[in-house]
Amino acid sequence: MTLAPETTDLKVQLRLTDGWLTVCDLSALLPGRGVAALLPDGEQVALFRDRAGTLYAIDNRDPFGGAAVLSRGLTGSHQGRPFVASPLLKQRFDLETGQCLDDETVRVRTYEVRAS
Amino acid sequence: MTATGANPTIVLVGHGMVGQRFLEALAERGLTATHRVVVLCEEPRPAYDRVALTSYFSGRTPEDLSMTDMAFIESHGIELYIGDPAETVDREARKVTARSGQVFDYDVLVLATGSYPFVPPVPNKDAEGCFVYRTIEDLLAIEEYAKSRARVGAVVGGGLLGLEAAGALKGLGIESHIVEFAPRLMPVQVDEGGGAALLRTIEEMGLSVHTGVGTQEIVVGEDGAVTGMKLSDGSELATDMVVFSAGVRPRDQLARDCGLTVGERGGITVDEQCRTVSDPHVFAIGECALASDGRVYGLVAPGYEQAETAAATIAEDEAEFTGADLSTKLKLLGVDVASFGDAHGTTEDCLDVVYSDSRSGLYKKLVIGRDGTLLGGILVGDAEAYGTLKAFTGSVPPVSPESLVLPAGAGESAQLGPTALPDDAIICSCNNVRKGTIREAVTEHKCTTVPEVKKCTKAGTTCGSCVKVLGQLVNAELEAGGVVVDKGLCGCFSQTREELYEIVLALRVNTYQDLLDRYGREEARGGDGCEICKPAVGSIIASLAPTIGADVYVLDGEQAALQDTNDHFLANLQKNGSYSVVPRIPGGEITPEGLIVIGEIARDFGLYTKITGGQRIDMFGARVEQLPLIWTRLVDAGFESGHAYGKSLRTVKSCVGQTWCRYGVQDSVRMAIDLELRYRGLRSPHKLKSAVSGCARECAEAQSKDFGVIATTNGWNLYVGGNGGATPRHADLLAQDLSDAELIRLIDRFLMFYIRTADRLERTSTWLERLPGGLDHVRDVVVEDSLGICEELESLMAAHVSHYRDEWADTINDPEKLARFVSFVNAPDTPDPVVGFVPERDQIKPDLPLLSIGLRPAEDVLEGTAQR
Ligand code: SRM
Ligand SMILES: Cc1cc2nc3c(=O)[nH]c(=O)nc-3n(C[C@H](O)[C@H](O)[C@H](O)COP(=O)(O)OP(=O)(O)OC[C@H]3O[C@@H](n4cnc5c(N)ncnc54)[C@H](O)[C@@H]3O)c2cc1C
Ligand code: SF4
Ligand code: FES
Repeated sequence: MTLAPETTDLKVQLRLTDGWLTVCDLSALLPGRGVAALLPDGEQVALFRDRAGTLYAIDNRDPFGGAAVLSRGLTGSHQGRPFVASPLLKQRFDLETGQCLDDETVRVRTYEVRAS
Repeated sequence: MTATGANPTIVLVGHGMVGQRFLEALAERGLTATHRVVVLCEEPRPAYDRVALTSYFSGRTPEDLSMTDMAFIESHGIELYIGDPAETVDREARKVTARSGQVFDYDVLVLATGSYPFVPPVPNKDAEGCFVYRTIEDLLAIEEYAKSRARVGAVVGGGLLGLEAAGALKGLGIESHIVEFAPRLMPVQVDEGGGAALLRTIEEMGLSVHTGVGTQEIVVGEDGAVTGMKLSDGSELATDMVVFSAGVRPRDQLARDCGLTVGERGGITVDEQCRTVSDPHVFAIGECALASDGRVYGLVAPGYEQAETAAATIAEDEAEFTGADLSTKLKLLGVDVASFGDAHGTTEDCLDVVYSDSRSGLYKKLVIGRDGTLLGGILVGDAEAYGTLKAFTGSVPPVSPESLVLPAGAGESAQLGPTALPDDAIICSCNNVRKGTIREAVTEHKCTTVPEVKKCTKAGTTCGSCVKVLGQLVNAELEAGGVVVDKGLCGCFSQTREELYEIVLALRVNTYQDLLDRYGREEARGGDGCEICKPAVGSIIASLAPTIGADVYVLDGEQAALQDTNDHFLANLQKNGSYSVVPRIPGGEITPEGLIVIGEIARDFGLYTKITGGQRIDMFGARVEQLPLIWTRLVDAGFESGHAYGKSLRTVKSCVGQTWCRYGVQDSVRMAIDLELRYRGLRSPHKLKSAVSGCARECAEAQSKDFGVIATTNGWNLYVGGNGGATPRHADLLAQDLSDAELIRLIDRFLMFYIRTADRLERTSTWLERLPGGLDHVRDVVVEDSLGICEELESLMAAHVSHYRDEWADTINDPEKLARFVSFVNAPDTPDPVVGFVPERDQIKPDLPLLSIGLRPAEDVLEGTAQR
């Protein structure tokens, strides 16, 4: 996670095993809302930007319902931790760690993301 | 206790619900530290919640049902042997031998072996397709058989467990029959009147009930599998499977084999301390025990009490078990059934107070003593008052008994607050917790929330039927202690929704961030808010948009980030990530051309098409990137958003009315269209539905709507606060014989008053019931204008009506917004591969790889009703 300065021509990049993948313009991310990105291996990532400009990236697949929709959830913060609530059955996931806040046994994958 | 070595051993046989509670009671008394504790568990899994077995069919997994915290077992050094039952007991040598061959010496032996289901000795009772219903394994076997080879199932026994089993079969989607020997359902708990109310409701759910007949033989086919049942009246019932639920019998074989005394009709005979009468080293608790009052208790609460008694005795505390209350409250197949105290009125000279409305499946009976003491009662169909009534049992209630059984709104009815209860009233009968103990949890142990009180007192942790009363007591106690109960909307705002509405309106606050930074809780200011307040505030801003200077388009600027997923994509999300599309069809009236356009679009995009319950057409299975293409065609053909996704007006249903119908007295279709067009797009705390019927026959079902209109020869009658859904409510008559203009003016006022004062996700029905003064207050405000706000309410509605724009037309004309309707930001043309379909009945259905790791508890799953 990196603090993204307010510049429009910055790109959002995801760290994969073999380097950084450029995903989209920073301006494509509306604060408080997510987008989905497709990785070369077919996996899907949900990208978010919060009000302060911090970027987050987690697996897009809702582990409870199975659909790839976490990018379409509402975001917020709970005790200072940023989260997204799944649009299916509303379980919340910590955006920094991928931990499900409503079921301690569930966690989704997280990715390193930056704007540059 | 006569402990032999330095490490006396307690052996527990049976790890069911009562066994587990016994272990907890041992730990609480420090006995796990001073004793070796060995548990022999027959089932392939540790203790689970048998009472909630049927909730498996509403999505609870076997893991969710578990009652055993392995960390608890380990930290107390308990040796738990799963899948290893006790086979023999040598009382002389004090040894137990398990099936695995292990032998354990004991100083104390506790039998908690529960019951086994009784199967009547009818021919072919063991045939393939015959089941019992007691364990998770039974349930899995029933599920598998039902899925692979049964269409019809029959349950033998119409008692509590039989209805549970029938509910399970129904949950599996197969046609279900209940065969009960007694003349009514649940003969033990309810009387004839209650049984009739129950029967009616259960039959309405599509279950067939056969009372007064016995099962004589199970009929099998050539392959030996069940094909039917012969009944005592000579008839034969065709069925593919049979579940026996004809009662339970104590599992006392182990005790018999080692010479312990058992009752004539089974059950290991114990004294007040739960110690067997034959051997001071052996205890029996739970459903296998025959208590000192000569009863075998088949409920979990008395079993828990026995577990505590036995543990206390072992710890040499004073405790005794002399008998227990048989009160029960159940939600069987969604019907509330409760009985408590002397439900059948066996006390001499007692009187009954009965309220019965068999049309709506309501039956309430209270048994009152000569001196006015409440002795017991039966509630069927509505058991709201169970918690309070049960706690008043044995005392003279402070209000008249009649008023306690009448339904709310029927003149005399009175609400008895739990605060009126004496301190020694039992609030939670499963765990035997008194009101005083709950109050102490707040005053002495500083608990401030219901979950804390549950943890501290165990109240509310078993069947859950007392949780409502618990919440009221905790709040009352906190308020009495000067603690301000936090009624805030969420962790970000300390105000209620109503207060936030007033702030937004009065101060013209038109962005969420501004509201959060100025009026949010200190710690939430400057932050990102949460999933509760964002849509709630988004809705307030949208309702007031023209008045406070916000854009009426809900995807404009910051508003887009506040919308729930459905509103954000202006469509309803489906389970596989696809969306449904519902164009508005005002009043349900549609031209053949309109139908053809919808048909063509559905065909061209391969959408699953269905007529909805709201007189319109839903097309399912659209990928996110198809939504703009579909809507471009719909908008071109003159359709607009149906707001099926929004907390806003859904439909105004109509009947065909005066124009065609020989009974109609007004033009109900025209009125329905006028109302639908007037209020379309109006954002509200919950969704709004309406209907207009052309005469009192009520073919449009207006009385089940938030606002419903029924034609009279003189005009229109307006009903408000109706609801279908999970908790149906008939609407109340607000005003009669209104002209068109009067009708619309009243609805304008009513809706705006509701939007102003309701809580988040509070439908008009619950709002009306919560509001102090209820319907009378609403009538004062909107008809009599007692608050002098009607002019403002009307002008707010006028602003909404004149500024309405179709949000789908706005969206397809805005390239920047359209850019959001893509599956992947970096691959906009690649469809989401997870969204797949398979054919079914000439159309499609979602194909979702099952990743079942459990659901959130069922009560939260109802969209909209979820509260945290
Ligand atoms: C499509 C439809 C079922 C059908 O195939 O017929 C439907 C489908 C849904 N209903 Fe419904 N309801 C539909 C008619 C009804 C009706 C019948 C009626 O309106 O006459 C009722 C009972 C009447 C009532 O509302 O009081 C009804 C009571 C509910 C409820 C319970 C509301 C309550 O107050 O208890 C919910 C849950 C909620 O809103 O919180 C719900 C929620 C839903 C949701 C939105 C659940 C969700 O979030 O996925 C479903 C989504 C539809 C979709 O994806 O497109 N639906 N739903 C009906 C659409 C009508 C329409 O044209 O808009
Ligand atoms: C579907 C269903 C719904 C119910 N609903 C309600 C309700 O709403 N309210 C209510 O109060 N009650 C209800 N009950 C009854 C409640 O479940 C029982 O009262 C409670 O489980 C009794 O607990 P127990 O520990 O005595 O017996 P059980 O929970 O049956 O546990 C006994 C355990 O001992 C094991 N065992 C037996 N013999 C041996 C052996 N030799 N060695 C080792 N282990 C052995 C058994 O396998 C079993 O696991 C319901 C029961 C069912 C089946
Ligand atoms: S409600 Fe009355 S007018 Fe309307 S269709 Fe039914 S009978 Fe006819
Ligand atoms: S009465 Fe069952 S949990 Fe309280």
